[in-house]
Amino acid sequence: MNFDDTPQEAEFRKSVRAWLDANAPKQFEAGLRNSGFGHTALEGVDVMKASKDWQRKKYDAGWACLHWPKEYGGRGATPIERVIWQQEEGVYASLSSLFIIGHGMCGPTMMAFASEEHKQKFLPPLAAGENIWCQLFSEPAGGSDLAGLRTKAEKDGDDWIINGQKIWTSGAHYSDYGILITRTDPTVPKHKGLTMFFLDMRSPGIEIRPIKQVNGQSGFNEVYFTDVRIPDSQRLGKVGEGWSVSLTTLMNERLSIGAGMPTGFPELLDFCTRLETADGPAIDDRNVRSKLATWAVRTSGLKYTAFRSISALSKGETPGPENSIGKLVAGPTMQEIATFALDLQGEAGALLSPEHAAANARFQAMLLRSPATRVEGGTDEILRNIIAERVLGLPADIRVDKAVPFNQIPTKGR
Amino acid sequence: MEFDFSEDQKQLKDQARRFLEAKSSPKAVRVILEGPEPYDKALWKGLAEMGFMGTAIPEEFGGLGATYLELCVIAEELGRAVAPVPFSSSIFVAAELLMAAGTQAQKETYLPKLASGELIGCLALSEGVGNATPKTIQVQASSGKITGTKLPVLDGLAADFAVVAARTSAGTDAHGISLFIVDLKGAGVSRSDVETIDPTRKQASVTFNGAAGEPLGAAGEGWHILQKVLDRAAVLTAFEQLGGADRALEMARDYALDRMAFGRPIGSFQAVKHMLADMYVSATLARSNCYYGAWALSTDAAELGEAAATSRVCATQAYQHCAKNNIQVHGGMGFTWEFDCHLYYRRSNLLALSLGSLSVWEDKLIDRLRAKNAA
Repeated sequence: MNFDDTPQEAEFRKSVRAWLDANAPKQFEAGLRNSGFGHTALEGVDVMKASKDWQRKKYDAGWACLHWPKEYGGRGATPIERVIWQQEEGVYASLSSLFIIGHGMCGPTMMAFASEEHKQKFLPPLAAGENIWCQLFSEPAGGSDLAGLRTKAEKDGDDWIINGQKIWTSGAHYSDYGILITRTDPTVPKHKGLTMFFLDMRSPGIEIRPIKQVNGQSGFNEVYFTDVRIPDSQRLGKVGEGWSVSLTTLMNERLSIGAGMPTGFPELLDFCTRLETADGPAIDDRNVRSKLATWAVRTSGLKYTAFRSISALSKGETPGPENSIGKLVAGPTMQEIATFALDLQGEAGALLSPEHAAANARFQAMLLRSPATRVEGGTDEILRNIIAERVLGLPADIRVDKAVPFNQIPTKGR
Repeated sequence: MEFDFSEDQKQLKDQARRFLEAKSSPKAVRVILEGPEPYDKALWKGLAEMGFMGTAIPEEFGGLGATYLELCVIAEELGRAVAPVPFSSSIFVAAELLMAAGTQAQKETYLPKLASGELIGCLALSEGVGNATPKTIQVQASSGKITGTKLPVLDGLAADFAVVAARTSAGTDAHGISLFIVDLKGAGVSRSDVETIDPTRKQASVTFNGAAGEPLGAAGEGWHILQKVLDRAAVLTAFEQLGGADRALEMARDYALDRMAFGRPIGSFQAVKHMLADMYVSATLARSNCYYGAWALSTDAAELGEAAATSRVCATQAYQHCAKNNIQVHGGMGFTWEFDCHLYYRRSNLLALSLGSLSVWEDKLIDRLRAKNAA
């Protein structure tokens, strides 16, 4: 029971530190540290340029996409080396958020299913941050029920013609490429008629409309396809096997282990220590302390749960299922913390502009961003199903649509 | 990083589990639940033969001199088996108090017998309703004679001696509290069984009427010693709670797989699945925090105070959450005396109160996090 690196890990950490010391964009450090939860403190900075510059610098020195093979622009690093890199890169990692989907999901899917020629052509620029990729999965009719998607792909000579609509596509408006899941056969049961492609996001017939979110920002988009042509050579996996290709993508998402997801607890502890009430600092209040304690142990529990997974990686083992609790704990906790921080502010909790609101309005930003955390990348309810079925071994839901041809599944509620 | 127990420690855990499954079955626990015996004497003897009590007691005092990590895995298995024995009182608290504050002679006298199970110790702290603070302690010690009543005293009927927190100087501050070892079978001590929510760990009312008390640690240092030892005991108790939480979750999962309603296993209904998923989440958070506590305890880390409160708060919440929802998953059958769910429900609520209730540990946690933040 220890937190110590093995000698090899310590050596690796040393070289990471030395490189970061000499190369990290320190001018952004303070701004990045104060950003997060839908709140950015990088005023007047061209974030896209700063991100691409940092990614390029990492790529040139061999620190991009550590877990990818060298031939495709990675480092061929072990999983534990990747974790060490993440720990050391720390706050600068948030500069790479534009690339998370490309590096974490699109890249590994391309690696598993694209032709050698395409891998050589597309993966290194993706690793270098020259290109940004997005993932075109969710649809108005297929969110949690992803396999209910309706975007059509029809064969036309050597091409496929795409018609339909995707939604919740992060970063579609600045992406160069995307991976796209479509329905190629509506006459078979829904999981069997799907096919995956990758495509140029500047292809004719693509229209991207940003979605205005609850917090006023627009990180997601609707993407409309009207007779968009994709060459058959850009198909990923066999026709009709898109579902299993998509599982590869989603599995890669779950394999990445962070240092425990943020909950907003350190920020709240700090706020409660500073906030003066009529009876002294808020943190002296019994009710405040009890709530803080609950959120403290959840936050700590996530941190040490990640450490358990990292230990498994360090031993060359596959981490257990414990990491599946991360977002399910962090999302609701962040929302509870934001609500409580506003409560402590009284009527002024409603103030949103940083010049009037307490704590630079960070809890207001958190309140308005947190509902998304409980939905994106698997809702709380889907995550509970996953834990119940895959970890605890409970029976899957009884599905009335499983063996029915897709075009005969009812689509109207009432 | 090796934030996990070693292979040897996992083997010890398996060994403890097999032993306890055989000797502390629900049937055996029910004998104590329903009968007059204060604890399971055959089980106690068996645990002693396995060497479990002496795990973390140094060899020079008759123990095995293993680390606290070994004691943590044993604690988890005791909790899982709802073992009806005074292990925590005697080993997590009394032995720890002796190791923290005893003279060489006291250690030589008591520790080997605690390690062999020949003697059982307990802590006499509370005096009626409310968490114990220096203010609430009214039992007096004067010229080595103890007078007053402690209620409730966990394992007070099973124990041979108690470490008694008593007031040695007037006033209400912590420096007026000292610790004394009192022979519970000696003159001037009367004890009686009190009815509690968990009769598998019986409690007593203990009245001292001029009983002889042997000082443990310096006069006026009692409260301070106690706080340090309670942190250590909290980590070990958190493992006991973790073991119980995991078992309650398993029972609920198994029942959800077997029990049919509306033509399907009830475990196929999302309302039930989600309840079980939430139980898994709370047990997983508790396990990770307990490991942090185990690390701090076994290395005497500066973070022990924070880690102890963290593991204690989280394990208390997890055990209560899993034990009550285990009954909920079982439906009406969970409320019967015949099903074992109530053994866990009782124990989860008993352990939540011993060593200071949840609010006490929440307070300690926030004090410690605040101090760390200010540093």
